[in-house]
Amino acid sequence: MEATVATDTNDNNWDGGNKKPLDASYGKMMMWFFILSDALTFSGFLGAYGLMRFKFIDSWPIADEVFTHFPFLHGVHAPMYYVALMTFILIFSSVTMVLAVDAGHQMNKAKVTFYMFLTIIGGAIFLGSQAWEWKNFIGGSYGAIQLNDGKIIQFVDASGHQVTLESFAKSSHSERTQHIKSKGLWFVEEAALPAITLNEVIEGFKAHPEITIRTEQINPELKEKIIIPRSNAMNYLDESKAVVVGANLQVNEYGRTLFADFFFFITGFHGFHVLSGVIINIIIFFNVIIGTYEKRKSYEMVEKVGLYWHFVDLVWVFVFTFFYLV
Amino acid sequence: MANAQEHTSHTKLIWKVFGILSAITLVEVILGIIKPESLHLTNFLGTSLLNIIFLVLTLVKAYYITWFFMHMADEKKNLRRAVVWTALFLITYLAALLLIEGSYINDVLGPLTKWNY
Repeated sequence: MEATVATDTNDNNWDGGNKKPLDASYGKMMMWFFILSDALTFSGFLGAYGLMRFKFIDSWPIADEVFTHFPFLHGVHAPMYYVALMTFILIFSSVTMVLAVDAGHQMNKAKVTFYMFLTIIGGAIFLGSQAWEWKNFIGGSYGAIQLNDGKIIQFVDASGHQVTLESFAKSSHSERTQHIKSKGLWFVEEAALPAITLNEVIEGFKAHPEITIRTEQINPELKEKIIIPRSNAMNYLDESKAVVVGANLQVNEYGRTLFADFFFFITGFHGFHVLSGVIINIIIFFNVIIGTYEKRKSYEMVEKVGLYWHFVDLVWVFVFTFFYLV
Repeated sequence: MANAQEHTSHTKLIWKVFGILSAITLVEVILGIIKPESLHLTNFLGTSLLNIIFLVLTLVKAYYITWFFMHMADEKKNLRRAVVWTALFLITYLAALLLIEGSYINDVLGPLTKWNY
């Protein structure tokens, strides 16, 4: 421990003299404590996610089966690659940020400008990637059936791989159209009808003997979803309520709706942090350009916004682990 | 406080830390894609060995980001402890309670969930 005994006897300093126990400027110290409180907020959210996950440990969606898309690779099963790319983008923008802070220590305005610019670009690319990830999750990949009690039934082929509803559903003509205000009761409307009706899925299932179903339940030994033999499948499908394609806050074709809720909320809250980080970075970037910190003879503002930016990266490291790896 | 004249550049250290973080992420991604059965299908401390490895690697990454990117290593010990210990103790405490309760609810409610029709 460093000694923190006040030795100067300056009578004017009734509050402890010039000894600063934390030896950090007010702004930097407060940024640290803001980060601390924000870290506790995030751990509250991730902790709640952990609680629900352990509560439904025997039926939670398997991340490898949910996040399988990669740009320009249509229909290719590519788990993890995309989110790994996003992680690299964010780590790299953290590196350019710390390089900007380092250049600030040397009062090198041109370098600070350049690295701040790269950081902003990295943040923008990350935000775009997250939007794309959301789009895929909302759009769904295979489609599923929801039972009356809310459970999700997915369809698999003989080798146990999931198949899309389109690949086997029997198309049939239906007179049913969406009820909109201009076509029916003016005070009643309904959501858009699914492209495939429940009846078409069930008829298609009957016509394709090679496919069967699986429930959300996980076999604890193999850590895979349990596949129901076809002879038993109709008992489940008799309970069908709706066709589910994609995920939203009410329903999720990959399994538990809670998974979708937490995914949207936590990655959304993180994305909001990235967005505000990018905006603050842009403000600081223009301040660097017009020479505010050159005149102030200190680039500490870059350091403070850098702390925030690294924190955003730090949170992503944990989100990545808990949503995609574990 | 760092003085403009005597400050030395840490560029080398920064790229080294970047290398370490990238390597750890790469290992995590590779393990996450192959999921070796000898690690994945085990039970250790309430989860699989693979998950424990992921958790440890994540904490190592968090350490490198905080210490070298956020320059926590250069701060006074008092500030470092005020921030890091507070976070560490509170989060561990919260996580322990929540995860224990979660498993308990699963023990009680799990058998009541109907899976056969």
